[in-house]
Amino acid sequence: MNAILESSELVESFKACAEAVSAQVERVANKEAALDLVVRLLQQEGVNDQPHSGAVWAASPMVSPTDQVILEKTVPGLKFAVTRELAADAKVGISQMDFALAATGSLVQYATEVDKRLVSTLPSTHIALVATGALLPDLPSVISRLDAHNTAYLSFITGPSRTADIERVLTIGAHGPERLVIILVDNLEVAR
Amino acid sequence: MKKNFKESIIEALGNSSLTGALGNFSVAYRVSRAKAYEGIDFEALRNQIVTIKSSAASHFDELAEKFAQAAEAKGAKVFRTDNPQAVTDYILNLAKERGVKNIVKSKSMATEELHLNKHLEKAGFEVRETDLGEWIIQLAGQTPSHMVMPAIHMTKEDVAEVFSEKVEEGQAADISKLVKFARGKMRPKFLEAQMGISGGNIAVAETGSIVLVTNEGNARLVTTLPNIHVAVIGLEKLIENFKDIAPILTALPRSATGQLLTSYVSIISGPTPNTDGTPKELHIVLMDNRRNEMSHDPQFKQALQCIRCASCLNVCPVFRLVGGHVFGKVYTGGIGTILTAWFDALKESDDIQALCIQCGNCKDVCPGKIDIPALILELRRRLAVEQGLPLIQKAIFAVVNNRRLFHTMLRAAPIGQFPFAKGRFIRHLPMFLSGLTDGRSLPLISADPFRDRIKKIKQPKCKEKAAFYGGCLIDFAYPEMGEAIVKVLNKAGIEVIFPEGQTCCGAPARYSGAYEVAAQNGVDNIKALLDEDVKYVVSACPTCTVALKEDFIHHLTAVGRTEELPEAHRLSEKSVDFSTLAYRLIEQGRLKFKKGVEPTKFTYHDSCHFKRTLHADKFPREMMKQAGHELIEMDEADMCCGMGGSYTIKQPEISAPILERKLVNIEKTGAPLLVIDCPGCMMQIGGGLHSRNSDVKVRLTAQMLADCLE
Repeated sequence: MNAILESSELVESFKACAEAVSAQVERVANKEAALDLVVRLLQQEGVNDQPHSGAVWAASPMVSPTDQVILEKTVPGLKFAVTRELAADAKVGISQMDFALAATGSLVQYATEVDKRLVSTLPSTHIALVATGALLPDLPSVISRLDAHNTAYLSFITGPSRTADIERVLTIGAHGPERLVIILVDNLEVAR
Repeated sequence: MKKNFKESIIEALGNSSLTGALGNFSVAYRVSRAKAYEGIDFEALRNQIVTIKSSAASHFDELAEKFAQAAEAKGAKVFRTDNPQAVTDYILNLAKERGVKNIVKSKSMATEELHLNKHLEKAGFEVRETDLGEWIIQLAGQTPSHMVMPAIHMTKEDVAEVFSEKVEEGQAADISKLVKFARGKMRPKFLEAQMGISGGNIAVAETGSIVLVTNEGNARLVTTLPNIHVAVIGLEKLIENFKDIAPILTALPRSATGQLLTSYVSIISGPTPNTDGTPKELHIVLMDNRRNEMSHDPQFKQALQCIRCASCLNVCPVFRLVGGHVFGKVYTGGIGTILTAWFDALKESDDIQALCIQCGNCKDVCPGKIDIPALILELRRRLAVEQGLPLIQKAIFAVVNNRRLFHTMLRAAPIGQFPFAKGRFIRHLPMFLSGLTDGRSLPLISADPFRDRIKKIKQPKCKEKAAFYGGCLIDFAYPEMGEAIVKVLNKAGIEVIFPEGQTCCGAPARYSGAYEVAAQNGVDNIKALLDEDVKYVVSACPTCTVALKEDFIHHLTAVGRTEELPEAHRLSEKSVDFSTLAYRLIEQGRLKFKKGVEPTKFTYHDSCHFKRTLHADKFPREMMKQAGHELIEMDEADMCCGMGGSYTIKQPEISAPILERKLVNIEKTGAPLLVIDCPGCMMQIGGGLHSRNSDVKVRLTAQMLADCLE
């Protein structure tokens, strides 16, 4: 009982902090619901197989090879074989994160594979999937779990990219995505 | 002071878009910083950071070696050098050898130290700063005015003009459009670049990791898209253990921009795969440029605890008026003054160190707990040793150090000032002294100093005695304040004596870097004040109290007069400021408030030393409330009034607008009464209010208590 209560507190805090930095936060019951939501979001964004309209999805543990085939058929313009050119041309990038931090609304990812970074830097919208069970309280709690000896690139993402370099006016969307949608997925196995 | 430096200050002060932007930011920053630190024990956090960073600074060689081994084991190349030119050569050679044409850079202050862009461009490479602020100033041919917000001195109109002139005509002064424009123009540059250059916010020896903290996403692109990544990192960014990233990452965004975390943090530990499948060529340059030497300087080692958040700039009353460019080309503000003295040259800090008003705001917010004001004083002292004091100051100190002469001259003053006096103030002084009375009247030098008046006060004979240390202002300008103090202490059964041998507290000499003079002032005062056996040595001037409690010890230590130290410590233990003592006496029941005191609304100004060195700011507020008065807090109550001892004489152009802002904040409260605990602030603020014909009355806490105690 306590554990459930605690985790719902973590979810509330995560949602509040992520929304405070202009991320959109959704929560779904399971993997299937998550994939359905991604498809809906891609359709809303008008993803198709025309130039400048594609979507790229970096290989993620929750999406099986069979899922990939179905998803690519369902959404024309969506590609799992991520290249630099496809990512630079895509509207939307999708990836799965390894941890989420309740105290700051951050996402944390083992991002050594370059496709994970391409999909979350180049497209203007980034959809990030993360297991609700991968929520941790705060920065120190994740730092103590990360293994820098065996991971060449660790990424922390907190909201979409931003700048306040002109007159200190906050502007969302600088060199990275201008929109970040976070989908918390319940009942999903936590990889590491 | 060089003439062009003075001109640059006056120009900055006259730039209303600069002072407006910085002024507004400083207000917003206070709020957002406080909010970001909610629920966090800042003292505990910064103590953790101090432990991590100071231990690293004690072992730079060892950590650099450990870092190099760890990073190289993962496949990175690590280049270590103490020669800044060698860093530039290394990068130039690498770029040439690899056939690089286009380079993208994310923000790196270390490369600013090298003026790397200039060298790369001269060698024919296209170099793009990708951080928006850095790109703007690169296009405009300027240098960063702030470590975190390099283009804060420019308006959107300025930016639109730079973009239109240098990139594409017809850009409108619309911030979101300007940001989109920059994104669009920069994107192909990221994609075509063969080399990315970054800085590093932290370097971890244990794992060979570098940590990059950014908001715009440019550092992720710089470290992902080009096949070669060069990170240039100052030695002071080294820490030993990976877990120690956490406290630094907790403080850095909160202190820098009031964010819980920046949009992106990247931790890179060794080469990653490129998009073409090859492993990235990762070069990490650990740059010394006198950091190692600094780590062996017992005073300046602590400056290596800096995490480059720039909060010292954001809270500085002077920085928000003059901006960064008057400080020089690379590092700006309080910490920038110190870094310039080291990474550039001591003499380069000669003018800029004088900008510091010694209010101590920066010391309070520094996540590395660096005593920036003290280090700036130390620069001043070393400059004075190296270059000697200006003649006029030498003449003044010759007088100050001769107690009899000093007091004779002060006594002679009432006669000389007569033609300019109006009531109890001097409004206009002639010729070169006129700056002193711009926007502020000066108090008259009393013809009847406190040292004479106290002899006429009939005091009860008491068991307990206190020696009163007047300081120049109470003794010679505000003797009635001394009378109020005697009255209050007598009510508590304490008799007050005024040791005649007391002299200047040494602050003017200290703040000019003349420690020998200050130390002699200390010795004279110690002898005078400990001559008779008293329980307390009381002062109502915070600067004087700090001198009695701390500075005498510090000066005597600094000049090696250790035989005087035991007595200095004895004096320190007895010394107390008036309000702290009064509060204790009230708590002990030795002082009681009268019933039926007419309640008054008042506002309170925190004097810098009183709050930030003596930590006594709660006592006067509490005593005034207990007396029945109603406190209306002003905005920025603890912001300096611009007095800063002789600062008001040396930098009148800066002191005046600081005072102006204080006066506006006082008047905005609508309170008819201002209470303070410093005769220097009394002189500055009281004079300012008088010159504006304001009805607000100014009183010392001591004067208020004298009227409302039984």
